[in-house]
Amino acid sequence: MTIKISGPWNVATAMASEDEIRGIRDLSAPATVIDLSAVTMLDTVGAIAVCRIQGWLAESGAVEVTGANDQQIALIDQVLKVDAEPIPQRPRPTLIDRVADLGKWAVGHFEEGRRLVGFFGEVCVVFTRLIRHPSRIRFTSTISNMQSVGLNAMPIVGLLAFLVGIVLTFISGDQLQRFGAGILIVNLLGIGVLRELGILITAIIVAGRSGSAFTAEIGTMKINQEVDAMLTIGLDPMEVLVVPRILGLMIMLIPLGFFADMIMISGGAIMSSITLGVTFSQFIHQFKSVVPIQELWIGVIKTPFFAFVIAMVGCYHGLQVSGSAESVGQHTTQSVVQSIFLVITLDAIFAIVFSLMGI
Amino acid sequence: MADSVERETVIRITGLTTRFGAQTIHENLDLDVYKGEVLGVVGGSGTGKSVLLREIVGLQPVSSGRIDVLGTEVTSCGADAQQVLRQYWGVMFQEGALFSSLTVAQNIQVPIRELTDFPQVVMDDIARVKLSMVGLPPEAGAKFPSQISGGMKKRAGLARALALDPGLLFLDEPTAGLDPISANQFDELIKGLQSSLKLTVFMVTHDLDSLIAICDRIAVLVDRHIVVGTLDELMKVDNPWIQEYFRGPRGRAALAGKERN
Repeated sequence: MTIKISGPWNVATAMASEDEIRGIRDLSAPATVIDLSAVTMLDTVGAIAVCRIQGWLAESGAVEVTGANDQQIALIDQVLKVDAEPIPQRPRPTLIDRVADLGKWAVGHFEEGRRLVGFFGEVCVVFTRLIRHPSRIRFTSTISNMQSVGLNAMPIVGLLAFLVGIVLTFISGDQLQRFGAGILIVNLLGIGVLRELGILITAIIVAGRSGSAFTAEIGTMKINQEVDAMLTIGLDPMEVLVVPRILGLMIMLIPLGFFADMIMISGGAIMSSITLGVTFSQFIHQFKSVVPIQELWIGVIKTPFFAFVIAMVGCYHGLQVSGSAESVGQHTTQSVVQSIFLVITLDAIFAIVFSLMGI
Repeated sequence: MADSVERETVIRITGLTTRFGAQTIHENLDLDVYKGEVLGVVGGSGTGKSVLLREIVGLQPVSSGRIDVLGTEVTSCGADAQQVLRQYWGVMFQEGALFSSLTVAQNIQVPIRELTDFPQVVMDDIARVKLSMVGLPPEAGAKFPSQISGGMKKRAGLARALALDPGLLFLDEPTAGLDPISANQFDELIKGLQSSLKLTVFMVTHDLDSLIAICDRIAVLVDRHIVVGTLDELMKVDNPWIQEYFRGPRGRAALAGKERN
């Protein structure tokens, strides 16, 4: 018996046609021939469908394909050729694999930490070398970095600091007023912002803004082989790329943190005059009497450390980039997560140390 | 070329002008690509070869002029018409442009998956056939793009471009970055696929050897215009860049190689 198929057998129709043929259950006699002479179009999917029908019918005896033109024969041969060699499947992960993955993950993080400490050591070595030969510090590059991480960050840092100041005053002022102690908002703002919040918020914004930029910039250079080119010319990427960024951020985070402090307290002052009825002159008078200048120093002293950590982690991840553009994205994410984590950890350590020192 | 008048036109470009700011890349450019031919597009760096390809496949807007592909004007047709058109062409990018989060087999299946809901068995069959067409072993199907070599990426990219059995194939520098042996094999692969699948191929290339080996006609982008013809015709064109291109040391070497074969 002959099965004669016709019309287009392509990606849009072939599978439906194949099902239709399989649906004919009561073939009166076993089919031995598939006739393609009326097929108007046969693409790869069509050829696969024909071969599948052939394989299905072949269970009850050999089946011949006839009526195909040369191009169709070539296509069917191509399909038959690969039939024998399946694509190997990836093995499904077992429970042991998953446990092993957890172990690898943990060890990976440990290794990562070790490499970061190693990089810290490298940075220290380069810095000591540069202290002995200050002429090798790239001043132009440092200044340019100071502009991009400091000056250009002022609008966003200022805006966010202002908003945080307003929200802080609004939320806590409401509570203080229940005790009739609205004026204490000055103590809260003065000490809270100067000691902790102003600097911490600035550091987090800068980690997201500049730390990620460092990773992306250096990472892209790494992919373009610019870093390799530097090495072959005899330039040290640590001196050319890393030091100006760390130095620039360490210098600029001090004024940037101070700027954020001032804006945040101004935001608080404006909000307290509106909602708590604390006038500006009352605010300043109270501020002078309850907030010692020491609070400002406690906050500002932390900024170079935060800056160092952010810039170092950003540069480290930039230099870790390898291979593809995908790697830049991964390392940028890691860089931001790690630098924010380290900034907050460092802040906690500072808090402990200061409290042990009794200040 | 008397016979070309009767041939079916697949791509027709009329009065195409491309400007980037004040810079004019193409000026009033006309080009016809006929069914079943391999057209090689050459030109110096910055003459807009890849831009031309991107304009034809609708990735780049044109400044003025019109481009018809398979009777549809790509420059002004709506999104639906473009979507239909995309089933009839395949594009292979320079580095393969494989989706890095998918395996090679999944990459090949992407265009089919968009269009159908075939069972996985059939999908795997299709991927295997395409892999074998471009000369990749079945094992390559389970690998991720980052795990295979540059030459294999190009082949996989070609397999993806061929996923829907298109009649029209765009190749952007198919042999760039390959060693001479792989480049020759790639040329032969394209030639073989072109004749067995009756493809029309639009190929941007820098490679003189592949131009001479597989192109029926050559289009040269020079001075914002295009000069089209067979190799022999172009050799006679009186333009310093074209003369330098084909008669320079590399051109002579490639031509000598052709005569030896």
